[in-house]
Amino acid sequence: MSHAVLETPTPSGGNFRPHKVAHHFTSAVQEFQSLKLAFWLFLVTEVMLFGGLFAGYYIYHEQYLETFVACGKLLNRELGSLNTIILLTSSWTMAMGVRACQRSKQREMINWLWLTVLCACGFMVVKYFEYTAKFDHGVFPGSFFAPDETYAPFFEGLLHPNIFFSFYFTMTGIHGFHVLLGIFAILWLIWQGGKGRFHAGFSAPVDLIGLYWHIVDLIWIFLFPLLYLVP
Amino acid sequence: MTTNVPVADVAIEEQPKENYLNCSKGFWSWAGTLDHKRIGVMYLIGTTMAFLTGGIFALGIRVQLWSPDGVMFTQETGLAGYNQMFTLHGVFMVFMFIIPAIPGALANFALPLMLGAKDVALPRLNLASFYLWLIGTGFAIYSILTGAVDTGWTFYTPYSIQTEQSVVSMGLAVFILGFSSIFTGMNFIVTCHKLRAPGQTWFRMPLFCWAIYATAILQVLATPVLGITVLMLAFEHLYHIGIFDPAYGGDPVLFQHFFWFYSHPAVYIMILPGMGVISEVVSVHARKPLFGYRLMAFSAISIAVISFIVWGHHMFTSGQSEFVMMAFSFLTFLVAIPTAIKEFSWVATIWKGSIALTAPMLYAMAFLVIFSIGGLTGIFLGALSTDIHLHDTYFVVAHFHAVMMGSTALAFFAGVHHWWPQIFGKMYNETLAKISACFTLVGFMVTFLPQFMMGSQGMPRRYATYLPEWQGYHQVSTIGAFILGTGFALMIGYLVHSLFAGKPARENYWGGATLDWKTATPPVHTNFDEDPVVTTDEIYDYSFLSEEKGKA
Repeated sequence: MSHAVLETPTPSGGNFRPHKVAHHFTSAVQEFQSLKLAFWLFLVTEVMLFGGLFAGYYIYHEQYLETFVACGKLLNRELGSLNTIILLTSSWTMAMGVRACQRSKQREMINWLWLTVLCACGFMVVKYFEYTAKFDHGVFPGSFFAPDETYAPFFEGLLHPNIFFSFYFTMTGIHGFHVLLGIFAILWLIWQGGKGRFHAGFSAPVDLIGLYWHIVDLIWIFLFPLLYLVP
Repeated sequence: MTTNVPVADVAIEEQPKENYLNCSKGFWSWAGTLDHKRIGVMYLIGTTMAFLTGGIFALGIRVQLWSPDGVMFTQETGLAGYNQMFTLHGVFMVFMFIIPAIPGALANFALPLMLGAKDVALPRLNLASFYLWLIGTGFAIYSILTGAVDTGWTFYTPYSIQTEQSVVSMGLAVFILGFSSIFTGMNFIVTCHKLRAPGQTWFRMPLFCWAIYATAILQVLATPVLGITVLMLAFEHLYHIGIFDPAYGGDPVLFQHFFWFYSHPAVYIMILPGMGVISEVVSVHARKPLFGYRLMAFSAISIAVISFIVWGHHMFTSGQSEFVMMAFSFLTFLVAIPTAIKEFSWVATIWKGSIALTAPMLYAMAFLVIFSIGGLTGIFLGALSTDIHLHDTYFVVAHFHAVMMGSTALAFFAGVHHWWPQIFGKMYNETLAKISACFTLVGFMVTFLPQFMMGSQGMPRRYATYLPEWQGYHQVSTIGAFILGTGFALMIGYLVHSLFAGKPARENYWGGATLDWKTATPPVHTNFDEDPVVTTDEIYDYSFLSEEKGKA
């Protein structure tokens, strides 16, 4: 086996719980590789799911170029940049958590995971302020789109500005839902990690939820320029 | 002491052997099972129920069309009920039966066995996808109770954003069923990659595995797009986000593009597993190695790949540019090549074989005939000029029923009859099974050939009433639907009967050569007593049967 290095026994000492390989696998390596492949396939489905939204964005961006450029300027670039930094940082803390897990540094892993949760919550808080700042001025998605007198002048002469905000709220909303799911998944890691389940001998869940977290980050990396810095 | 030994032996002989069906008992041993074989059985029961429900709606449609003014719904009483009926027929058959039936029921049972694995790669996810199927079906039933859906199974905008609220819950049902399908597909891809037995190389996998593998790729890549599409449709309905609504600057045709980007590959999600089943059945029941094994495997993959770039042929009348239409038309013709390779290879497999006209083989032969009709009429529809004439007529209805009902559903039943002794260890009444297969073939022809005829003369689909000149065709078609219904009712009858009173099936009932037959009948909980090893490229080699006969 070329990946024999993965076949690491449960480290001794600490409160490590040994991992039992499921009955239908012949080795821990086979189990790990299967889980990893399955998870990558899941990430592919995530990309395809957002791909639909990106395709829709592309089409309407072509059709209503002027509207998209003008509306993009209405989004708060400072807060958007702040969120980008927060998410990128969280990707780093997550990666550090995964590394700590693979080296069986339990305390360290849990600290890194808490930091990741903190960043994720920070992202959601900033998002909340961004959303309410728009809602306060009557900038809602779809048929509820009714900008007040401060915002209305911006939209004069623009074709269907509601479409841009429909994309903005749908895309960032579905992305935010993924961030929320990520928070719960990482909290679960912290809870189970506290029981000593994850270590060099069995790091798959931390590894895979780490991958999930990176794809959530990556999607934001595409959303941010497309929405806030409309080309 | 010694005199007691034979008595004890006899007593042991009478005890049924331990297998996956009787190794544990009780509700939770099934509802919480991680055994792929039991999950397959649960899928078999669930999807068959969905098939019967969809079938009842189909009979309702045919009854309605007995008279030009409608039988159940007339101008006076309102025709909306008819729209709901054909929508529910479509949704139940497509999302709850055809898509999950073969992967969920048959592949769940047979694929790990064929690969020599102890289970699918992710048994918990496998169980989860069954429960997602149940929840999705629950939502679909809920949306029926709250006013049903009348948009057709395609949910075309803008109508679907103006109609009843229950579109949202039906959309949610489709979303959840989609994830059930994605998880099944993920599981099979990983199983094929990682859990093959020693010596079980890619090109020693039975073709059923190749077909399921190709299907799984489509499930994973295409279904999320349907997910986001129905999600956007739900938002459109609830908040009028405007992406598909011209009143807000959106484009309803975009919905069609999104929908068919999934639903055309989905057509192959439906038919590819059926092709896999037929490959196994014709080989075993003609006692011949499959003709053109490698080409068959590659054709399954190439069908999967090409299917992603043909969706526009559903939309030739939607105002696409001429260049795009020509490209889609050409690519559509391209699919015919791997499909024809498959058809010819099955026929070549049967040719000069030692053909046993068993029930699965009769179903498979019916498949070969009907699939040719379905495939060739697909060429008519892929051609631009004829499609403009035939678009949205009964010709299209008859074409896709030839492929979906006459091919996939028949392949599913061929597979059910083929693996039944292996799944349950019981044998059904073969005479009745053969009669039922004949009913199905005749019933199919009587139902759908008139539909081809009236479609080519311009009878539009989805109409609750029609001009009297088509009454003859419609009445023949309705009679055919009831012949089909009789065949299926008979089938359900003898299959259920066999569970309780069928005679025990002998080991390896049909004499299959692949690993799914080289275990106990029915298999033990862990699939194999000894871990199997594959040592030969000749996976469809039936010479062991004559050797066994020689020994006997």
